[in-house]
Amino acid sequence: MSDLRCDISMTVNGEAVHETVDARQTLVDFLREQLVLTGSHVGCEHGVCGACTVRVNGLIVRGCLMLAAQCEGAKVETIEGVSDTGEIADLQDAFERRNALQCGFCTPGMLLTAQELLASGGVPSREKIREHISGNYCRCTGYHAIVDAIEAVAQARNGVKP
Amino acid sequence: MKIVDDSPPILTALDRPNSYIGRAVPRPNIARLTQGRAQYVSDVTLPRMAHVAFVRSPHAHAKINSIDAAAAKKAPGVIAVVTGAELSKMITPWVGVLTHLKGIKSAPQHAIAVDRACWAGEAVCAVVARTRAEAEDGCELVQIDYEELAAVTDPETALDPATPVIHPSLGDNLTFERVHVAGDPDKGFAEADEVIETTFVFGRHTGVTNEPRSIVADWNPGDQRMTVYQGTQAPHMMQNLFAKHLGLQEHQVRVITKDVGGSFGIKVHTYADEMAAVALSKLLRRPIKFVADRIESFVTDIHARDHRVKARIGIKNDGSITAWEIDDLTGIGPYSVYPRTSGIEANQVVNLTGGPYTCGNYKARARVVFQNKNVMCQYRAVGHPIATAVTEGLVELAAAKIGMDPLEIRRRNLIPDDAHPSQGPSGIKYEALSNHEALAHLDAMMNYAGLRAEQERLRKQGIYRGIGFASFVEVTNPSAAFYGVGGARISAQDGATVRLDSTGAIFCHIGVSEQGQGAEAVVAQCVASSFGVPMDKVRVIMGDTDNTPYGGGTWASRAAGIGGEAAWQAGKALRQNVLAVAGSILQAKPETLDISNGVVVDKGSNTERIGLDEVARIAYFRPDTLPAGVQAELVATRHYVPRQWAFSFTNGIQASWLEVDTDSGFVTLLKHWCVEDCGTVINPQLVDEQVRGGVVQGIGAALFEHCQYDARGQLLNGNMADYLVPMAVEMPDIEVGHVVTPTADSELGAKGAGEAGTAGAPGSVMNAINDALRPLGAVPLTDMPFTPDKILRALGKV
Ligand code: FES
Ligand code: FES
Repeated sequence: MSDLRCDISMTVNGEAVHETVDARQTLVDFLREQLVLTGSHVGCEHGVCGACTVRVNGLIVRGCLMLAAQCEGAKVETIEGVSDTGEIADLQDAFERRNALQCGFCTPGMLLTAQELLASGGVPSREKIREHISGNYCRCTGYHAIVDAIEAVAQARNGVKP
Repeated sequence: MKIVDDSPPILTALDRPNSYIGRAVPRPNIARLTQGRAQYVSDVTLPRMAHVAFVRSPHAHAKINSIDAAAAKKAPGVIAVVTGAELSKMITPWVGVLTHLKGIKSAPQHAIAVDRACWAGEAVCAVVARTRAEAEDGCELVQIDYEELAAVTDPETALDPATPVIHPSLGDNLTFERVHVAGDPDKGFAEADEVIETTFVFGRHTGVTNEPRSIVADWNPGDQRMTVYQGTQAPHMMQNLFAKHLGLQEHQVRVITKDVGGSFGIKVHTYADEMAAVALSKLLRRPIKFVADRIESFVTDIHARDHRVKARIGIKNDGSITAWEIDDLTGIGPYSVYPRTSGIEANQVVNLTGGPYTCGNYKARARVVFQNKNVMCQYRAVGHPIATAVTEGLVELAAAKIGMDPLEIRRRNLIPDDAHPSQGPSGIKYEALSNHEALAHLDAMMNYAGLRAEQERLRKQGIYRGIGFASFVEVTNPSAAFYGVGGARISAQDGATVRLDSTGAIFCHIGVSEQGQGAEAVVAQCVASSFGVPMDKVRVIMGDTDNTPYGGGTWASRAAGIGGEAAWQAGKALRQNVLAVAGSILQAKPETLDISNGVVVDKGSNTERIGLDEVARIAYFRPDTLPAGVQAELVATRHYVPRQWAFSFTNGIQASWLEVDTDSGFVTLLKHWCVEDCGTVINPQLVDEQVRGGVVQGIGAALFEHCQYDARGQLLNGNMADYLVPMAVEMPDIEVGHVVTPTADSELGAKGAGEAGTAGAPGSVMNAINDALRPLGAVPLTDMPFTPDKILRALGKV
């Protein structure tokens, strides 16, 4: 039941946020419902699909497996934030050109996951890419195009000719 | 590509200035999806909106003796608790039958169960609250007294006299039966040198769309209108059904479908909980939101397949097929799903088995039975994976029996490419197929001979790899023959309205809808090409019954072939209208003019005459300067429905290359190929990705996905941790090739491509596993999904 509430402060996409939440509220529900940042999606609510992926203190997490109350003092970034900073503009462009998304429901989580891999540097093999995104469920694409898009950005960022 | 009749003979649609037909242009307007700026129904919030959660039956079959809602009504945030009996005053029940499926029967289904629950997961009470969490809390407080009844779960015994009848008024548990005999199957089997007989089993699985089913219903008593935001594939169909069952006129209902997080046939049906949400909105006079959680999705999203098919093939030693026989049994849950029916899939299995082959001696029976399990209905590639796996499984078993190469046996039996028009063993009519050309293309693309040599070499090292094929035919571009003739109000035609705006850009309103396939891009490509503007000047509007021409929506791969053609024709019509006005401004004959790159030009020389923005400016703001009697009509509507052929049958072939670990039973997919003929390819990248996505869904069915029930009708693995779906790491790279045989039914010649991948993948994976294990003397595997334990059992290891 919802009788336990707590006050939390954090930064979300660079903006200071002070809110009161139910202790049981997940981070993704907090972002979507209370802050109306609907770019993070809810697919399974039990940690399997990766649609709810967001970044907390620089690391990707599943927004459905973390409570909002756990994010006291944290730096939270969502797809809206990383889109506006331009951090993943090349990746977004590659996904669009390569049609590495169909319904797009998995895409915000997929992009944040891919960015984490790419930020670790180098040009990963296709197997490595597949392994890294294997916690992100996509029902539409067949993954091949997603792997292509991530591979292309890795090559471009590292000045490697495809 | 056919000549476009109003252009000079040398010009085809492909050659028109600004033609986007056949080009892999990126989809317009998808940056909103990559930036998290999309609007799925689960994102929609309205003023005064409340949330509904449902109390769902824990029993597969139970009488509801009483419901005590007193405690729930007092819970924090709870606005209302509504039972099935109470809601039935607001919404009438429905029966999912079609008149052209002779003898199909079903029972009335209510938005919320009244008196009796027929599967574990059926909604028996609704709790409406300020938040979903509060609604769920309320559900826990509803006290229901159930009397558990015997559950019918095994389709094999559903028709036995000792089995209880789920709906006593129907007399028995048989939903639908079809028997079909063609040619002389008895003679065919008698002539055979070998007869191969086996039973194929296809487990129940489900769609697992990434975004669960979602709906926001908003009854506004002020204007007596219902606005429904729904992630559906068929907005006009739903408009009709909401109106019909709520006692409203169609014009009182508006269905809006923006972004949809995956559909695949899952979101083209009538769901009781969605009907309940709409009725609750009317009852409570406020917006009601329902978003299924993942567990609800597993127990209420339609399930698919669940067939067991006893099958036989007769074969001569020279490889010629002499006869086919199938006996298909499928269990569909307690209701035939409305309005498309749960009989269509078995019907399709009868239609498509043996489809690409010349042998017309064919005997088929299909029986569809009721069960106390979640409902089952059409999911991507309805019936195709069953028919294809049965046909292709038999063909490869036959080839192995007589020691013939699996591609060679197909070469000897596939309908010749020059034999069309022709018909399949079930009597389905083919305009034109290209099975042989597709096979030859695949052979070269995969370097078949090289792969066989590699397989042989690796076998010597104890590595067991297999190659499996599946040829298929695919039903697309459905005409009224699919549903309309059976009495369902599901539009077979689609319309497009195009309008020139005052800056020279085009708005296109169209009845087909977008769920990620890229329908919007295809429509924009068609309009831009036929009218003559760059694609970025076309804005496509879909998914709004107030603002789009009446149409069928997007299912059965109809968006490009039917919607695209309507858009193409509308663009052409608007070009004529615009040229008529331009002609009067320029004092030139319209037929000497054309539109190219957004400018009116002299036909032939392409000399610029006047910009579209200038034509629009004069027509809209200074019509006084036009000659007397000239009225500019800068809008045009065209409709299209296939008339010549009931369906565009497309075809193709797939191949799977995989390795089986004979110690663990694990299958590693190494590579997959698909050659497909979808007629004119409007956007090759979109077609390829449709095929790839479809292949992966088919692979899921072959290797992982299975809704497992116990004998009491409890779903045992209704969550994504226990129900396995394909993830990136298990999936192979998938190569896609094309053969192009346009349909003469339309000017563009486009057929559908959405079912192909799912149609052929399960059969080709099955055949590849059996090919890998053949030298080990394993019993052929025919029971999907092919999990490691089944493989070890086939090898005699467990
Ligand atoms: S919603 Fe969090 S992993 Fe699926
Ligand atoms: S694009 Fe639909 S789930 Fe990935």
